[in-house]
Amino acid sequence: MNNQDQPLVFEMSTEGRIGYSLPEMDVEAITLKELLPADYIRIEEAELPEVSELDIMRHYTALSHRNHGVDSGFYPLGSCTMKYNPKINENVARFSGFAHIHPLQDASTVQGALELMYDLQEHLVEITGMDQVTLQPAAGAHGEWTGLMMIRAYHEANGGTKRTKVIVPDSAHGTNPASATVAGFETITVKSDEFGLVDLEDLKRVVGDDTAALMLTNPNTLGLFEENILEMAKVVHDAGGKLYYDGANLNAVLSKARPGDMGFDVVHLNLHKTFTGPHGGGGPGSGPVGVKQDLIPYLPKPVLVKKDGQYMFENDVPQSIGRVKPFYGNFGINVRAYTYIRSMGPDGLKAVTENAVLNANYMMRRLAEYYDLPYDKHCKHEFVLSGRRQKKLGVRTLDIAKRLLDFGYHPPTIYFPLNVEECMMIEPTETESKETLDSFIEAMIQIAKETEENPEIVQEAPHTTVIKRLDETLAARKPILRYQS
Amino acid sequence: MTKHRYLPMTDQDQKEMLDAIGVSTIDELFSDIPKSVRFQGEYKIKPAKSEPALIKELTKLAGKNADAKRYASFLGAGVYDHYQPIIVDHVISRSEFYTAYTPYQPEISQGELQAIFEFQTMICELTGMDVANSSMYDGGTALAEAAMLSSGHTKRKKILISSTVHPESRDVVTSYAKGQRVEVVEIPHHDGVTDLAALQELISDDIAGVVVQYPNFFGRIEPLKDIEKIVHEQKAMFIVSSNPLALGALTPPGKLGADIVTGDAQPFGIPAAFGGPHCGYFAVTNKLMRKVPGRLVGQTVDEDGKRGFVLTLQAREQHIRRDKATSNICSNQALNALAASVAMTALGKKGVKEMAVQNIQKAHYAKKALQAKGIEVVFEGPSFNEFVIKLPASYREINDRLFAKDIIGGYHLGLTYPELQDHMLVAVTELRTKEEIAAFVQELGDSHE
Repeated sequence: MNNQDQPLVFEMSTEGRIGYSLPEMDVEAITLKELLPADYIRIEEAELPEVSELDIMRHYTALSHRNHGVDSGFYPLGSCTMKYNPKINENVARFSGFAHIHPLQDASTVQGALELMYDLQEHLVEITGMDQVTLQPAAGAHGEWTGLMMIRAYHEANGGTKRTKVIVPDSAHGTNPASATVAGFETITVKSDEFGLVDLEDLKRVVGDDTAALMLTNPNTLGLFEENILEMAKVVHDAGGKLYYDGANLNAVLSKARPGDMGFDVVHLNLHKTFTGPHGGGGPGSGPVGVKQDLIPYLPKPVLVKKDGQYMFENDVPQSIGRVKPFYGNFGINVRAYTYIRSMGPDGLKAVTENAVLNANYMMRRLAEYYDLPYDKHCKHEFVLSGRRQKKLGVRTLDIAKRLLDFGYHPPTIYFPLNVEECMMIEPTETESKETLDSFIEAMIQIAKETEENPEIVQEAPHTTVIKRLDETLAARKPILRYQS
Repeated sequence: MTKHRYLPMTDQDQKEMLDAIGVSTIDELFSDIPKSVRFQGEYKIKPAKSEPALIKELTKLAGKNADAKRYASFLGAGVYDHYQPIIVDHVISRSEFYTAYTPYQPEISQGELQAIFEFQTMICELTGMDVANSSMYDGGTALAEAAMLSSGHTKRKKILISSTVHPESRDVVTSYAKGQRVEVVEIPHHDGVTDLAALQELISDDIAGVVVQYPNFFGRIEPLKDIEKIVHEQKAMFIVSSNPLALGALTPPGKLGADIVTGDAQPFGIPAAFGGPHCGYFAVTNKLMRKVPGRLVGQTVDEDGKRGFVLTLQAREQHIRRDKATSNICSNQALNALAASVAMTALGKKGVKEMAVQNIQKAHYAKKALQAKGIEVVFEGPSFNEFVIKLPASYREINDRLFAKDIIGGYHLGLTYPELQDHMLVAVTELRTKEEIAAFVQELGDSHE
């Protein structure tokens, strides 16, 4: 990364330069004045930059040098599954027959696209152990909301209008309670026990005839498998509630345990995590939702069906929760995920989880001597460490994260889950080599030693990045959210 | 253990790692999964394919689709076939961008953060609004979030939405509204634009927001100035869903009193991709800055006083506020926002206007040519790049005939407006050549005779 400040593209603008090549105007050009009333016509031009094509390429190349991706280096951001993004996926998604088709074309002209979607749904049904899948939700949070709306529709159709509460563990992702709210539910928190798992007694206490659903990630955000899952499912089902599976951590259990076999009624997946749709700097993602038989009538419209060898969309779904997104989901991401699944096959997916779990356990054991390990048992695809030992020496987890930047690593997820003090949540993924893991471990050990011997170097990190720690308070207190000349 | 090009562990690596952990097999690491829920064996899914074999298979599959590179498309209805500067794909293919995640660590994410800051600025410029966020899933869900914001902000539980808003967006608004127990009432249209008399009837002091589309679903340009007066008289919020390309030529909604402007940046460098991923945008007045859903990037300084960018005003968001958040959205469409930024930069101040004007001119040209052949244009009036025609035969018949001539016909309005059976919404972008328009007109003219 270079240390020069990169000007904003607006600051590079020079009147008279252009970076475009519009088609020739080959028909009679009538002036706007003759076509539109005067007050409809824009007077002040939008102040967009005026730059040449090379200016543009240099600008964004410079910006890319100021950005860390999986291709730049190790990215063990817990709960985000920052695995390698295969390049074949990018090529396939750009095939003209996938990239340049319109969602409202006649179904007979897009049979290839529909076949891919249908086959992806079938693959996801088998992988999750559910009965049917919709590809419509655009991202994980969108899938959560979709799933909860279906649960609400199910209860309302079955006389459960008083089921207004959704139970989430205290270790849950923040999206879970947020999605429950926007789906019209109230959130109840269930505690974790001393082993980091849902406290079964507390669950029994909060479950009741007002329970709509329990939302759960399994393995949970501590990277621990909820061993009592069948008992929990029974408690919730006996009370008339439904079980919701947040698929953020599916990378931990491919071919090892399926949500459908654990008693879950609804599942969302994050295709951009487990199935290598790239994270794109924060999206686009894709959040398909799978359901069991009794929730199928409530799936969002339209539903993709196959009749006499032809694929088509069915809009006549009377009990559907309606449309959750224009068109049919983030098709381009679904193409990438499909390509990945077909590249891996059943044995490949099994090896994915086995390696992801092996890597996480290896790192956890090697780091346990230097950092507190709050839950000392086999983890799944990720694990949490606590920086409380270092905190006593004046070094916070935030400092450790910033120091890791000097070694060229993206730090782990920090201060989450909320129930672990000074938390670091580390997810190596299966695509990293032992050499990479060892180098990261060495860096973490060095930071632990620095904390004891020379804490300033950690507290004042980062030292090598293009910019030092930023004043976030200033950003929030005096917001500057756009460029002004 | 299976060998695969994405999985680097050798047998030797695994052995050493298992030793370090203190177990003898990988299976022991799964001993916490109770036998009763353990999945036995392998998934019954298609076997793995090699890279060349898979490319071959999927090339064939893609070839079954009729794409806009081989066919001349007159289909729009919210997704358009536009000029995509080639540079866009080169920029978004830089893997420092596409293999990164949300910029949680600003020191190593300045590239993404600055690109989003620039995107926010460009959206403000086009819409005439004060604040824009980092993007939303798409235009439809952005509009739904806007409607929910108006309800939350005004503490009113009813939304009015014009029947000239995209039917699928209206459906999404209705689904979101159901979630938060908000009522949605449609405003009928009169001759293809929002019926002002009906709006006057429906508006009252219990309306949270009024939603219109600009240009509307029929391509018509709604009289925002007149609508704004009626909306604000009752202190309802004025929400405008807008094609950002059109704003290169049309008076921006921000100048006409809009409180929230949303839309989809797909016309800027984003392929149709069978409906997604596209790129929603969300822009508001200063007053609503702290109510915006999704991520916002702000400018600040580092310890040495150097300019830098961070995610900001996060107290609105789900990872902090949990069940009290303004929305449950966590991601945005960063990579597509980047694509749109590159396209807006390439077009620049002059190009975005020129492209918008070309759309108006070419659509007008096509409309006149059709009328000259005796085809009836309904809802005539000021319009952008789409218009409605009454077909001289059934939609199915016409569409098949067009397809046989390598033309993808317009949208069948009968699907969503029962009174408009066999009416076609025709989109003519800057990419349609004189010859393609002539072929389209010829085919319809022949059907007429």
